[in-house]
Formats: sequence, structure tokens, C-alpha cells
Amino acid sequence: MYRSNVLVCGGTGCTSSNSEQIIERLREEIKAKGLEKEVNVVRTGCFGLCALGPIMIVYPEGSFYSMVTPDDVPEIVEEHLLKGRIVTRLLYQETVVDDRTVKSLNHTPFYEKQMRIALRNCGVINPEVIDEYIAQDGYQALGKVLTEMTPQEVIDCILKSGLRGRGGAGFPTGRKWSFAAANQADQKYVCCNADEGDPGAFMDRSVLEGDPHSVIEAMAIAGYAIGATQGYIYIRAEYPIAVQRLKIAIGQAREYGLLGKNIFDSGFDFDIDIRLGAGAFVCGEETALMTSIEGKRGEPRVRPPFPAVKGLFGKPTVLNNVETYANIPQIILKGPEWFSSIGTEKSKGTKVFALGGKIKHTGLVEVPMGTTLREIVEEIGGGVPNGHTFKAAQTGGPSGGCIPAEHLDVPIDYDNLIAIGSMMGSGGLIVMDDTTCMVDIAKFFLEFTVDESCGKCTPCRVGTRRLLEILEKITSGNGTLEDIDRLEKLCHYIKENALCGLGQTAPNPVLSTLRYFRDEYIAHVTDKVCPAGACKALTNYYILEDQCRGCTLCARNCPVGAISGTVKKPHVIDRSKCIKCGACMEKCRFGAIVKK
Amino acid sequence: MKSLAELQAIRDRARAQVDLREKSDDNIRVLVGMATCGIAAGARPVMLAFVDEVAKRQLKNVTVTQTGCIGICQYEPVVEVVAPGKEKVTYVKMTPEKALRVVNDHLVNGNVVTEYTIGANS
Repeated sequence: MYRSNVLVCGGTGCTSSNSEQIIERLREEIKAKGLEKEVNVVRTGCFGLCALGPIMIVYPEGSFYSMVTPDDVPEIVEEHLLKGRIVTRLLYQETVVDDRTVKSLNHTPFYEKQMRIALRNCGVINPEVIDEYIAQDGYQALGKVLTEMTPQEVIDCILKSGLRGRGGAGFPTGRKWSFAAANQADQKYVCCNADEGDPGAFMDRSVLEGDPHSVIEAMAIAGYAIGATQGYIYIRAEYPIAVQRLKIAIGQAREYGLLGKNIFDSGFDFDIDIRLGAGAFVCGEETALMTSIEGKRGEPRVRPPFPAVKGLFGKPTVLNNVETYANIPQIILKGPEWFSSIGTEKSKGTKVFALGGKIKHTGLVEVPMGTTLREIVEEIGGGVPNGHTFKAAQTGGPSGGCIPAEHLDVPIDYDNLIAIGSMMGSGGLIVMDDTTCMVDIAKFFLEFTVDESCGKCTPCRVGTRRLLEILEKITSGNGTLEDIDRLEKLCHYIKENALCGLGQTAPNPVLSTLRYFRDEYIAHVTDKVCPAGACKALTNYYILEDQCRGCTLCARNCPVGAISGTVKKPHVIDRSKCIKCGACMEKCRFGAIVKK
Repeated sequence: MKSLAELQAIRDRARAQVDLREKSDDNIRVLVGMATCGIAAGARPVMLAFVDEVAKRQLKNVTVTQTGCIGICQYEPVVEVVAPGKEKVTYVKMTPEKALRVVNDHLVNGNVVTEYTIGANS
């Protein structure tokens, strides 16, 4: 029996900032102090507060240590684990109360407004030990389904819960299952879409890294509901930690007989295999994904027929996203009424968002549907740092759009986001401040879709490239007002004519920035200025003569020797040499250099 | 896996470890003084006795934790029991055997073991 548990985040974020070495060092130090039988070191999944990583929590005290380095480990072992003195300097400041006691993490602003269903085990259990998942009621739902419920009852339960697909489009999960169940076939399949490809999104990766068994359990439940015996998880090879933990989890589930033949002595057989993707964005589209599993080039095809009729290998198939699956066991155990009591009228339950961009608490949050963007950005996310102001948030990645400040108080759910010209998407939420140029953002996403277009249909292959060319023309200062009109027209054309979701949604970033920030586009083409000062071709650095003290600091720091002047006399920037790196402005102590 | 009972057995076995990862402010807290003085006087076996016995009896409302030196080094190992809404009880010169009795009498049945307290020993 261990007296203390030390949880160290082993998610990708913390791992990239040395949490592996921290764990190694912890084990060494604990052994050196002879505490290895008393203290249990657990590598968990993501805690969510990635901005403060690497993260370590010591129980039973519940001390939340942030930004730990391997060199802090000896002190933590000596002081906290051996002598019981909490190392206050490493505590996350929000958890420290005035009377020097430590408050529970759940009462800090970052966690207080969250509600964790899909992420409930992330950062709590060791994802590589099946017993820890079982301790958290794991596989109870599968047991309940196989011993007490008929397949139809399972489908009814999911239908009644109101769960909608978390991959982005929001199709009711129960409906999907009932279609696949209704189609008779000698073989059916259950697939999991773990091909998370939106820039800035990492929800699915974190679920798989922190709680892989929840997805495995849910897939088996789906298999029972529709009459499938084989499942495939399609995951990108760029997620090595998630793949590794999935493999371990599938192995352990097979060993316990939770995958395989005759599970729970019910006569139900189910097994899961992993298929690795090469990281093509289009393979997140369901028909392309299944084509890729079949071993062919990952290209989409026309729907209908839908996967529930003719899916993988031409058989009826259910394909859900990782986060959708992670909700299923909880719905079975706690009942559809519990789930549908959370959220808004048409969007039930919670949604996980990956917070990124210009925000203080970069990380992973799960909130009930209907939470406002303001609550997520300002309260949970800690607001925009460095004194800048919020300009817009981008949701849905390259398929989504931006939400401007005027809509900060809209309750977030599938339908509201579509109404204001964005979409839920898989859950990437990128915050932008006044230094972000909206035309530049649209260009960034178009660069992505041009790269990722599979080339099968012309509207997407050629159309997105033309869009990008127009955007490049505008940001380089050569655009005209007619270009803006052409841009808009082409967007609508691509939307209506592209073959799959990738092409149909590719113009969204342009359309939504045009909708809310048309003035920025116009400023680029008529005044030839970038209001945010982000587009290099339209921005120049100037030295204010009356402010410059002639300290020469800027001239010494200019990497291309574009600044000249004599000591104690105002300096000047040679615009023909200037590469607009901004080094001079950063170094100037008198605020004498401006960008306009 | 052939039955729910089998799953339940694994669940119960694994539960105790994971339970430790919840911080509840309503729990009875057992604080074992583990500074240099406490460790030298034998606080470690005392704490382990508490941990084991609490786990064995599946006392969900008890948290055993360490604390530093409270300044009465000659009375180490010192153990404080803090129950919500009650006065703190300080036990001194503890041993693993005494720990078992504190768990039984005080933590389970709510009767302070007066003869081990600082009041009876100073």
C-alpha cells in the first residue's frame, strides 16, 4: 500500500518539456531515499493546463506543482516526500490561499467552470494500467450492455441522450448507429476517427494518451449495438505516444478478455486493430478515411451511399470521433437523462476545446455546451496576455470561421456557432488579439488547405489555389476592390461544387473574416496598410526623430545594417535594406521606433 | 472476463490506490510529523502503520499525510488528528502499535485515546 501518489503529466506537451526525465529522476531519488515502497510514481495523461507544464501533483496533499524541471526533483523528494514540507515556490499560485494552505485544484479559475466527462480520467489514472481504468468504473458499461441490455436498448439510450458527433459536423450519434444496425450484412465494422488534423487541435490526442480504454470500451459497445465484430482505430503516425498507449491498452484488454471471443460470457465477439495514417488532413473525412484503411490512396468519394450502408470494404460501418466515444461509457452508466440534462436544447453534454493562440492558459478545457466564449477566454483561459485586447477567436480550424468580440457572449453550441458563421469543428479554439491580421489568418488557413487538398476534384484543387493567390496579392499590397469581390464569388462557387467536406468548408475562413473584418481587407487594397501591422509588405518601421536619443542600440542590433546615424543624433532606417524583423523596435528603450 | 463479479473484484482491488488521488476537504486528516526529528524518532513506521490500517479497514474519510516539525521534538513521533468541526488532538511518542489503537478507537469509533495525548504525557 502506497501512502503517496505522485502524478506526473505524460501528455505530449509536458513530455516535450522533459516530463520523462522528471519521472526518471523521481524514481532515482525516491529509491535513493528508500521510499520506493511508500511513494507511487504515476505517469498520467494530460491535466489540461499545458501552459504551466511540466505538471506534477502530489497526493494525498493535492499539491499542484507547475513548470517543474528535473533539477527541482531532489528538492521535492527531500522536502515534500521525505519530510512532508510542501515546496511552496513551485506551487501553482492560484492554488495557494492566504493562510498558506493549499486549495483543491477544482477550485481554481481554470478548473472551476469545467465539467469533465470525456476527460474525466485524463490526469487521474495511469493510462498504461488497465486496473486503474477499471477502478474508475471502467468496462462496467460494457458489462452492463452485454449482460442487461439488447442492442436496440443501447441505441435508444444513445439516441435519448442527445449525443452528437464531436468531430465537427454534429450528426446525432444514435441515429448513425441505428442506420448501421438496420442494414443486414454478414460483416459490419466500427471505426474510430483519430486522424485529428486541424492546426492547433489536440483534444483527441489527449483523450487517447490519457484514457485509451474509454475509447476501446465504447467501440465494443458500438459493435454490440450495430452487430459488428471488428473495429479499427485510424490514427496518425504523428501521434507516437497515443499510438503506443493504444497498443498497450488493446493488449491489456485482450489479456483480460474484454476484447476477443465471448466477452462477459455473452457470446459477443469483438476485436480492435490500429491503422496508422500518414497525417493527411483529407483522411479525417469519413470516406477518405475508410478508403485509406482499405489500403488505397486516401481520397474521398461521393456520398450517398453513406458509410452506414456501404462503408469499410463495402460493409455497413459506424465511424465516430474519439471524443464522441469517450462520452459513451458514462452515458450508459449514468443514463441518458443525466447526459441530456447538461448543455443546451439541441446540443447536449460537454465539449472539449484546445485553447491556443494569444491566451494566458494554453491548454485543454472541457465545458458544458452553452458556456459562452467570454467564460472560456476570460475566466478559464485567463484572458489575453501582455495588455493586448481580444479581437476574435477562431474555431473549427481550416473548416471553421472566426468569432469577433461582439459575439463573445453567445452560448457555444453547434447551431449558434453556425448561425454566426463559424462551426464547432473538432474543438480547436485559437484566440487572436489586436496584433493579428485577419487577412493574414485567412491566408494561413488557405495555405493549409491548398497543401492538404487531395486533388481529386477541380473546385478544391484549383479553386483553393486561386483563393490563396488572391489573398497573397492583397497582403502584398497589390490587391484591388475587384479582387475582394472575386474572392467572395469564388468562395461560394467552391463551397457549392467541391466533392467532400474539405473543399466545401475550405472557403469558410475567408468568408467569415470577410463578414466581420471586411474593413481590414479594404484597408489592405485601398489604403495599402495592414491595420494590425502583421503583413510585412504593408508595414514599415520609422524612427521618431524627436524621441531618438542616438544611443545606437538599434543600429547595433539590426541584422542587416539598415540603420545609420551618429552617436547622440537621431538615427534613420534605410527602407530599401530593412527586412522588417522588428528587432530595433524591441530593443529601443525610448519608444522611438514605430511600426505603421 | 466472464462475469461482472470478476470485473467488480478487480475494481475493488484497484480502487484504494486511485482513491488517494482525490483531495477532500471533509476528511479526517492524520498528520504525521516527519521532519528530521520525527524521522529520527521513528515516525516512518508509525505513518506506514496508519496508511496500512486505514487501507485495510477501507476508511474512505481519512487522509494520512505528512507534516513538518511542530516544535515539540522531545515528544516525537508526534501525530495530529484533525477532524472537521472538532478540536485538534495531538498524540505524542507514537509507535506502530499505538497507531493501530488510534485507528480503531479514535478514527473508527470517535473516542480519543487520552493516555497517548500530549496532555497525559507532559
